[in-house]
Amino acid sequence: MRIGLFVTCLTDTLFPETGKAVVTVLERLGHQVEFPAGQACCGQMHFNTGYRRDAIPMARTFTQAFADYEAIVTPSASCASMVHEYYPALAAESGDERLGKAVADIVPRTYEFSVFLANVLHTTDVGAYFPHKVTYHPSCHSLRMLKVGDAPYRLLRDVRGLDLTELPDADSCCGFGGTFAIKNAETSAAICADKVTAIRQTQAEVVCAADNSCLMHIGGALTRQRSGVAAMHLAEILASTESTQSTQSTQSTQSTQSTGGAA
Amino acid sequence: MPTYVGMPSFPKAARTAVADSQLRHNLTHATHTIRAKRAGAIAELDDWEQLRQAAKVIKDHTLANLDTYLLRLEENVTKAGGHVHWARDAAEANAIVATLVRQAKADRVVKVKSMATQEIGLNEALAANGIQAIETDLAELIVQLDHDLPSHILVPAIHKNRAEIRDIFRREMPDAPPGLTDDPAQLAAAARTHLRQEFLKATVGISGANFAIADTGSLVVVESEGNGRMCVTLPETLISVVGIEKILPSWRDLEVFLALLPRSSTAERMNPYTSIWTGVSDQDGPKAFHLVLVDNGRTASLADRTGRQALRCIRCSACLNVCPVYERTGGHAYGSPYPGPIGAIISPQLRGLESAADRSLPFASTLCGACYEVCPVAINIPEALVHLRAKVKHTMTERTVFHLSGLVLQSPRKLAAAQRFASASRKIVARSGRIRRLPPPMSGWTDTRDAPAPPPESFRAWWARTRGGKR
Repeated sequence: MRIGLFVTCLTDTLFPETGKAVVTVLERLGHQVEFPAGQACCGQMHFNTGYRRDAIPMARTFTQAFADYEAIVTPSASCASMVHEYYPALAAESGDERLGKAVADIVPRTYEFSVFLANVLHTTDVGAYFPHKVTYHPSCHSLRMLKVGDAPYRLLRDVRGLDLTELPDADSCCGFGGTFAIKNAETSAAICADKVTAIRQTQAEVVCAADNSCLMHIGGALTRQRSGVAAMHLAEILASTESTQSTQSTQSTQSTQSTGGAA
Repeated sequence: MPTYVGMPSFPKAARTAVADSQLRHNLTHATHTIRAKRAGAIAELDDWEQLRQAAKVIKDHTLANLDTYLLRLEENVTKAGGHVHWARDAAEANAIVATLVRQAKADRVVKVKSMATQEIGLNEALAANGIQAIETDLAELIVQLDHDLPSHILVPAIHKNRAEIRDIFRREMPDAPPGLTDDPAQLAAAARTHLRQEFLKATVGISGANFAIADTGSLVVVESEGNGRMCVTLPETLISVVGIEKILPSWRDLEVFLALLPRSSTAERMNPYTSIWTGVSDQDGPKAFHLVLVDNGRTASLADRTGRQALRCIRCSACLNVCPVYERTGGHAYGSPYPGPIGAIISPQLRGLESAADRSLPFASTLCGACYEVCPVAINIPEALVHLRAKVKHTMTERTVFHLSGLVLQSPRKLAAAQRFASASRKIVARSGRIRRLPPPMSGWTDTRDAPAPPPESFRAWWARTRGGKR
């Protein structure tokens, strides 16, 4: 299977460790992954903030970059749901029939990473080792738009050494909401405060999710409070093995300090 | 009397609400309680999803054929001895009601809780005509006595706890018993005694309607306290103010909605009182019945393919109770009788996207989708919000920022250049590996959250460096 990694602009720019982790896991499972350099942003931020016309060229860039891949895998449930939920409408609005065809063609081949592993490759044991107490935040777009279901939980349960602890009120939003976090900063912070409280109640060392956007938000509050809880993308936990654990700390993604003390 | 005119933008109004710890506590407690109960009530039905789809289809069909059904309703109400009045907007509706009350020679009216009359500002308009409107729903009465505005569609006083309610009764209700405590039973008894006198005195009752059935010209009010039943049966004259979208073709359709509404709103299998009346009767009830059908922006909304789904709303308020934003801000921040997610799509459609409040409402959401998930008529609120966001006139600065960033984000080459620039600046902007302070408007983020520092190289750069040979 020819797999194209859609790394997303946020992960590409700010959290490259997540992209590397996706490559590591897929290659460990014996797949060849390519990163089409023609990719950029899915356009979600522009679309969701009311700049729909500006999002059209981004959808076009996406369809062109990934036209030749059998599977397009992305470590973002949010960007995957942008493609699934809104690209068809956006293409229709553009009046560009070729874009419409390209979108219709590409949507069924676009997968969020955990769904791709669990439901397409039918693999939940990816050979990972992560001896830490972890809680999982099901991000809103993974839960309610893309409906990834229990795929992330199944993957986490099959990680050796991992102690998965349930997050209270897990399905509540973290308050990020893209530009909402800026336009309605106070309300966003108030929502985040409750999410952080729930995470800390679990006494987990790591909170993980299938979206770096939510993790950037939650992680930003966790480090501001010097909480000692790391925010980490699911892919990085799945990439972790006995050999990487000796050199990597649990703080990789969201602190950008990818190597540190022993775990 | 407070009104919704000149309300500030949502972020501004929310700032005060978010800082109010009593309000936050009251809201968290109330919304979490009803949220859990609702989930239980819905889980009892195996065919919930089918009911929801049926409701959606019935509403969409009715809205698409509103011209037919409205005329059928008018014909059947008239046949049953009622009078039908048509109001294009709030001013027309208020004028009609004021005239009808004056014709009935009344200077006070008792009211059933009604969203339509809140929307048109009927109480204020009647007051300007020397007519006192008395709210008889317990929570609505609390809000009225406190000279406050409702903050929830179903429980207008959700922002008050019982100690605050006791204080309002003692201060504003002349016949409140001495030594009234904050025991809910005592509070309810005090309100009941107070209201009983009003019911017996009133000659005119005013209601809205949850549903209007075209086939027979019947109106339906669904409630919990029995005050509504009093208002629609005791007075000589009954005036019902109803939005044109409240119509259902037939009684068979009503069945679906009576299964959906109580479970979604109060988490009950069936609400305690369902009052249904058809015109007037010699034996019983009001001797005169007037139906005021109100457009007030609904036809304009109907013309909007994406926005029109908001007209399916049956005012259950399930979306408010699950909304992370509503839970922190309460209803007043929405500057409208329709708060919460549904308010954020209804208010700007009915009132237009002109005022500071209405321009900001489509952005008062994280787009988490919890509202859509619980909506009993399957209104895709996130979709409508995003749709309305595109219709809002953005500021020049914001437009510029988004157009420029759009040029970068659509081009892999420009994005790579921006990433190189970001990585080069990391030592300056983030000494500790985190960014602790950014200038406005990004300071909204860094006031309470760190921002990540750019990494030494982007993923793209790493790929090119380590696997450059491959595509």
